[in-house]
Amino acid sequence: MSAVTHPAPLADVQPLTGSQVVVAALKDQGVEVIFGYPGGAVLPLYDALFQQTDIRHILVRHEQAAVHAAEGYARSTGRVGVVLVTSGPGATNTVTGLTDALMDSVPIVCLTGQVPTHMIGNDAFQEADTVGITRPCTKHNYLVKDPADLARVLHEAFHVARSGRPGPVVVDLPKNILMGKAPYLAKAAFAPRSYNPAREPDPRRVEEAVELIARAERPIFYVGGGVINAGTEACVRLTELVRATGHPITLTLMGLGAYPASDPQFIGMLGMHGTYEANMAMYDCDVMVCIGARFDDRVTGRLDGFSPRSRKIHVDIDPSSINKNIKVDVPIVGDAERTLTAMLAAWQRQSNRIDRARTAGWWRQIDEWRKKDSLRFRQNGNGIKPQYAIQRLHALTRERDVYVTTDVGQHQMWAAQHFPFDKPLRWLTSGGLGTMGYGFPAALGVQIAHPEATVLCISGDASWVMNMQEMSTAMQYRLPVKTFILNNSYMGMVRQWQDFFHGNRHAESYMDSLPDFVKLAEAFGAVGLRATKPDEVDGVIEAALATRKPVIADIVVDRAENVYPMIPGGAAHNEIKLSPEEDDGPVKGEEGGMVLV
Amino acid sequence: MAEELRRHTICALVDNEPGVLARVIGLFSGRGYNIESLTVAQVDARRGLSRINIVTTGTELVIEQIKSLLAKLVPVHRVQDLTVEGPAVERELALVKVTGDRQRLVDALRIADFMDVRLVDRTPQSFVFEVTGTSDDLDAFINLVEPVEVSRAGVVAIGRGDTVLGPRS
Repeated sequence: MSAVTHPAPLADVQPLTGSQVVVAALKDQGVEVIFGYPGGAVLPLYDALFQQTDIRHILVRHEQAAVHAAEGYARSTGRVGVVLVTSGPGATNTVTGLTDALMDSVPIVCLTGQVPTHMIGNDAFQEADTVGITRPCTKHNYLVKDPADLARVLHEAFHVARSGRPGPVVVDLPKNILMGKAPYLAKAAFAPRSYNPAREPDPRRVEEAVELIARAERPIFYVGGGVINAGTEACVRLTELVRATGHPITLTLMGLGAYPASDPQFIGMLGMHGTYEANMAMYDCDVMVCIGARFDDRVTGRLDGFSPRSRKIHVDIDPSSINKNIKVDVPIVGDAERTLTAMLAAWQRQSNRIDRARTAGWWRQIDEWRKKDSLRFRQNGNGIKPQYAIQRLHALTRERDVYVTTDVGQHQMWAAQHFPFDKPLRWLTSGGLGTMGYGFPAALGVQIAHPEATVLCISGDASWVMNMQEMSTAMQYRLPVKTFILNNSYMGMVRQWQDFFHGNRHAESYMDSLPDFVKLAEAFGAVGLRATKPDEVDGVIEAALATRKPVIADIVVDRAENVYPMIPGGAAHNEIKLSPEEDDGPVKGEEGGMVLV
Repeated sequence: MAEELRRHTICALVDNEPGVLARVIGLFSGRGYNIESLTVAQVDARRGLSRINIVTTGTELVIEQIKSLLAKLVPVHRVQDLTVEGPAVERELALVKVTGDRQRLVDALRIADFMDVRLVDRTPQSFVFEVTGTSDDLDAFINLVEPVEVSRAGVVAIGRGDTVLGPRS
């Protein structure tokens, strides 16, 4: 603090109300948009928001969607998404969204109303133990019981949400705290008391890692969403490092876009429905460089069969992500951008060059695997193949500034396989939690952040109806999100697993009594389109892109199509199954994999 | 991979605020980790800091997880694994009630004398002993006197020598 005297800010002379402090802290944190839904306990805060114009409030139709929309906003901008809901049911409805954000490391600050402090614990109307309920599904949470803490807690909430491994933070605000007088503390005067994750990597470990990378004969970079979370600059460094080494790279579902998919060194997504070449390379590599990924079970397959002959380097900002599932040889705790910068510097310092002779055999092997063309599908019959629809969607939008969200299931995997991304922050999907109903509200959040962009929601008939009420939000704010429902009248992935593990018995996976999606769109005032034959797909996509209104395009697809390749539950990477050549029914799973999800 | 289970005593210096214990316990219960004993009390009133001592059992990987998850909690300032980070003193306290006829009480008192255990309450029908020592010392005494009721405080521990678990400056 300088000794120069400034004119006392308003707050020092005339205390603000708690609500005004919240609004001031949000502005101080650079918040421009809040996704929320009002109710009794947060009326004072809504009143304060009503009397200002810097922060825009987007009224959703269900609190779960508020969190997903904030996730869409956060993940397409790299900023913190903000949610405001009331007490009781408002808060409990956010739980799925918060858990989703926790699993996928999305920075969210969720403000929840609470009954006045003197009524807490009395089973008051719309009372819920919000900090108790959200403790395991947030990175941290607060119940503000003293107005003097309010500003500090809000700044700390933003600090915790965005630093280290990002995640959701809940701040529970009793109504009397919002209405009482409270002092303001500027963001500039705030210093966190305890949570300060280390960002700089250990230089010796970096040196050791780079030596391993340079000497590798069968190397692979295995990169996840952590690099995207570290910022677009981290993705630039990653691309530089991977190109400097000449080594192959695979990306996780969350990492798609961190490295350009069109680059020849990219060998596709890995994991349960990843490419043959990526999974085989993971199995056979001698040096694995994992950056910002967490050895998730969808990636590793059976742990004791995971990449048995490799030395493993793991870069992560979160020490608890290291050695959690897989024991690694070179652990590096640090921010991805700083670590990649340090690795690049070490690479140059060691005068390493692309050693084509050393890795020639490895690239030959990878090219052999690539020839399997593991994402292939056969056009048989007159139906629309879902993969074809996604390929056309990509082809007809590639000149545009495009963002894609998905729901969860077969369509999600086909989108990940057939819609390539060359830039980060363009691909938004619920990876860790697998939340059906994520895609549409997330797309609304993306469109709010990028009003001029083309925002596509690739969804399924079962997923989309889980948050379809949000079409009202899309209409209210004129958000021209284009939803493409790959409609197979099934919970397709459930059906695929029932075929695989449960003798084709389709228990409850048939979606009976689906709405007419065209009429449904029209009922909201949006545009409804439908394609039932392959030659109608392009026309529907072009019509959808041509309108400024929200669109539901009902793409009626082949109901029997399965997602391949597939590493069945309980199998290792080299046990990956490819699409059957002939129509001899789906590949069957083994008993041991049934217990896994 | 080392699958051998090992007992660890882990200490954490935390903000003395509501919910901090729930966060620590939730971290264990949510992941199916085992807590053998847990003690918590304020140790620094000026800074508002409490100390939590946890005795837990797990494989090397699980213990490493527990420590990094603890360190990640926002109100946690420092984490120390006394089992790994050098020799430590561990103590536990128990109150042990014995009832019965005169002979039984005299027998218990004789054992208590022999093991340096204090008598802290007496009636014609009952004795309450206060026993302090390692968990093994407590187990030995309890096994000998066959009490009707036992109340144990859980393990408190501190590193030997001049190493200090204090807040980061």
